[in-house]
Amino acid sequence: MSLAFDEFGRPFFIIREQERKTRLRGLDAQKANISAGKAVARILRTSLGPKGMDKMLQSPDGEVTITNDGATILEQMDVDNQIAKLMVELSRSQDYEIGDGTTGVVVMAGALLEEAQKLLERGIHPIRVAEGYELASRIAFEHLESIAHKFEFSCANEEPLIRTCMTTLSSKIVNRCKRSLAEIAVKAVLAVADLERRDVNLDLIKVEGKVGGKLEDTELIYGIIVDKDMSHPQMPKQIEDAHIAILTCPFEPPKPKTKHKVDIDTVEKFQTLRQQEQKYFDDMVQKCKDVGATLVICQWGFDDEANHLLMHRNLPAVRWVGGVELELIAIATGGRIVPRFQELTTEKLGKAGLVREKAFGTTKDRMIYIEHCANSRAVTIFIRGGNKMMIEETKRSIHDALCVARNLIRNNSIVYGGGSAEISCSIAVEAAADKYPGVEQYAIRAFADALDAIPMALAENSGLQPIETLSAVKSQQIKEKNNCCGIDCNDVGTNDMREQNVFETLIGKQQQILLATQVVKMILKIDDVISPSEY
Amino acid sequence: MAVENLFKDEATEEKGERARMASFIGAMAIADLVKTTLGPKGMDKILQSTGRGHSVTVTNDGATILKSLHIDNPAAKVLVDISKVQDDEVGDGTTSVVVLAGELLREAEKLVNSKIHPMTIISGYRMAAECARNALLEKVVDNKLDADKFKSDLMKIAMTTLSSKILSQDKEHFAKLAVDAVMRLKGSTNLESIQIIKKPGGSLKDSFLDEGFILDKKIGVGQPKRIENAKILVANTAMDTDKVKIYGARVRVDSMAKVAEIEGAEKEKMREKVQKIINHGINCFVNRQLIYNFPEELFADAGVLAIEHADFDGIERLALVTGGDIASTFDNPESVKLGQCKLIEEIMIGEDRLIHFSGVEMGQACTIVLRGASPHMLDEAERSLHDALCVLSQTVIDSRVLLGGGWPEMVMAKAVDELARRTPGKRSHAIEAFSRALVAIPTIIADNAGLDSAELVAQLRAEHHNEGTNAGIDVISGSVGDMAERGICEAFKVKHAVLLSATEAAEMILRVDEIITCAPRRREDRM
Repeated sequence: MSLAFDEFGRPFFIIREQERKTRLRGLDAQKANISAGKAVARILRTSLGPKGMDKMLQSPDGEVTITNDGATILEQMDVDNQIAKLMVELSRSQDYEIGDGTTGVVVMAGALLEEAQKLLERGIHPIRVAEGYELASRIAFEHLESIAHKFEFSCANEEPLIRTCMTTLSSKIVNRCKRSLAEIAVKAVLAVADLERRDVNLDLIKVEGKVGGKLEDTELIYGIIVDKDMSHPQMPKQIEDAHIAILTCPFEPPKPKTKHKVDIDTVEKFQTLRQQEQKYFDDMVQKCKDVGATLVICQWGFDDEANHLLMHRNLPAVRWVGGVELELIAIATGGRIVPRFQELTTEKLGKAGLVREKAFGTTKDRMIYIEHCANSRAVTIFIRGGNKMMIEETKRSIHDALCVARNLIRNNSIVYGGGSAEISCSIAVEAAADKYPGVEQYAIRAFADALDAIPMALAENSGLQPIETLSAVKSQQIKEKNNCCGIDCNDVGTNDMREQNVFETLIGKQQQILLATQVVKMILKIDDVISPSEY
Repeated sequence: MAVENLFKDEATEEKGERARMASFIGAMAIADLVKTTLGPKGMDKILQSTGRGHSVTVTNDGATILKSLHIDNPAAKVLVDISKVQDDEVGDGTTSVVVLAGELLREAEKLVNSKIHPMTIISGYRMAAECARNALLEKVVDNKLDADKFKSDLMKIAMTTLSSKILSQDKEHFAKLAVDAVMRLKGSTNLESIQIIKKPGGSLKDSFLDEGFILDKKIGVGQPKRIENAKILVANTAMDTDKVKIYGARVRVDSMAKVAEIEGAEKEKMREKVQKIINHGINCFVNRQLIYNFPEELFADAGVLAIEHADFDGIERLALVTGGDIASTFDNPESVKLGQCKLIEEIMIGEDRLIHFSGVEMGQACTIVLRGASPHMLDEAERSLHDALCVLSQTVIDSRVLLGGGWPEMVMAKAVDELARRTPGKRSHAIEAFSRALVAIPTIIADNAGLDSAELVAQLRAEHHNEGTNAGIDVISGSVGDMAERGICEAFKVKHAVLLSATEAAEMILRVDEIITCAPRRREDRM
């Protein structure tokens, strides 16, 4: 098989150590790959939509995650199959790029693979299928653009944005309080958004969670929360009009990097050294005090003596603050991160209206809130919830909602959700298929069928009759020329998505179709799988 | 062609019905496990650790039991988690929350078997939980304004909480201890300032609340055993050899004489430090770190009481209690705030000598000394007392109070039942199921007490048909009685948290339709 002959007729091995590798070729390889891809899609299929189910995942260390976020499920599933890994990558790239629709993209790819399998069985060459898909995806892409609506909002009118975030959140476990969470997400995004440049830096939004309380207690804080407490238990717990010195140098004796030795050979030297040391601590604290700081935030630890001196001089301090938080604090308070005590000046101090320490529940957990900052661009979403899993899941949901809001600010075109966009595309692709001569026509038609998979899955998950519902909606779309008809997942009574206020972003949808097509093309082009066999 | 190895070896995947069944069974098993500990006549469990010594714990605290279990079922872990959160947040009701979640799932299983979609059940449960919450809110009593009544409420809550614990024999005694301790806190929830010291020996009745502060340490040799009007300096400083902290410093000498000189200097330095400390005008010095013999001797000479190696919590508490600063440098005595107390003396509890600080400045702190026959007993007593303290301190903040003995459950069940009758559609089944799950709690309480639960609950239900009844199950006499008269009260916050967390957990488990267990991480063989 993999034996070849050189020009002298001598056999040589192309792949060494044959017996240790397994190999699949030709149609078998494609079929195996397709079924692997389908298997992954099948897992996610039931998680699609507002009535989607959750998956419970147990990690190698026994930690339990419950989620219906496609990207998270795939990430934690720890798959072994190569093609399955491709699907995982697919959902991850949708997550990075758009942040939402991670389940949809995998379901879409699965459906495309399923249709491709049928075509392959009829003897159509995989490359032709791939090309057909490419053509079809372009048609769908353009069609989406044509049915997209501009979406008007401004800082004063947040309502449309909130509605969109609610659509995203309604498929998550947090849909009990989707309204308040959506408001939080939108406010957070608008607080950090640069509407001029149409850009949002999501790094400025910190999502922090703490077990306890209930979901309704989740709040948006115009400032920063640090999961630390004051370095000395007797420091004041609340500081108004704080001037914050942000330090990256420890309150400890200096440690020059070059190796050196200080030799002590006389009693005098011993004593001077001691005095030096004491003076050193004194100087450090005095310097902070001199520039007018009323709060010190430090990346490193404090020596006991320094800690006492700080307390003594009535200078509250926080130690062991992480680098990322430090940066956020610097941004929020308009301060500069100071690497050396000598460089500390009054201008470099950050300002915040209120810094307070807050205790939670019956345990000793305390957190520091830094609020009313000079530059309110950095905000924190502080999530409370019944247990750790709930908080993790809420974090993921909020992240999705934030991404959606960001995408809308970047590009305010939307399409309607509930499967209506897919159905509309499917009709358009189907109609376009007949215009193509050649084998691609079949592939394009198959693509149209695959597009139906998403509304179908939505209907199935909502407990509706999938085929019946889909065909009814489809005929309605054609008859009424209304491309907003979708699946009525929540039993509202109408299937016009415009009335139900179910939107998705145009780029999100386009990206879904493009990414899914790309991956499927890649999988179709593989005709030889060589893997080391089990040992 | 089927895909055989989508996952790694040893990973398992369970789908649909099977997954749901696995999580139901796991969750119910956990609920059944702790079920028998519920209520005043609940039984205890013995837990034996697998660690060295196979230490034994006897408890009926739900959170403690669940914390010690090694569980493999992911759904069961969710329940363990909620019980832990309940413990952190309100401190009590850790068993109830698991039992309620278990009952909700048991009812949900029946519904799923009769072909109702889990999502429908969830939406029904949500409506029911909201309705139950409102029903509770209507019935709460708030006695915050009336100090006397409020105190009697606290007393009742403490007694109710303690009655299901090992302390039930002396519940009045302990309830008084707990209420006194919490009232001293004056509204703060910082339970750290209540110190609990356990000393085996004596009986539970001998436990007492001390207004001062007790430090489990001995007084240095040759130092005064009793100081009146003590001025205390609380410190965290090295009192062995004070190292030079500047990096890279080292001593290099070329003769023995020099060594002696340096040593002398070191000693001198220590002497100076001690002198500085003494110059604060103190007669008691408490340090977190060790105090070596040499400085100890110096302190003894100066007639200063020196206590070494008080642990960190002890130091913080002491500083809080005596109102002093924790000091680490001693150069400016005038600005360091010294702690004060009327009397320091060495006291004996059982056979141990402890240091007792009384007449302290801050009245917040206090110490509860627990006495009991065995360490197990003491551990359990501490847990029970901790539960009571947590509940009380939360009640001080949120002073709304409900009756106990299955009364709140019946009130909620009644409201939920009415909602079910009004709700059209499949959801009403789920709402009905919710009410059944609520009624299961008084049933279990009665069962655990060896009473005829079916009879009692039926009576209770009939009683609750009348508006404004106070009927609940009186386990002691084994009949339905007026809870307000018997003084059985529970904090609203506990019930509220139980209701919400249990519903949330049940919902979470219901939503799952697939369980994927990754291959366990291989442990490297250490042998």
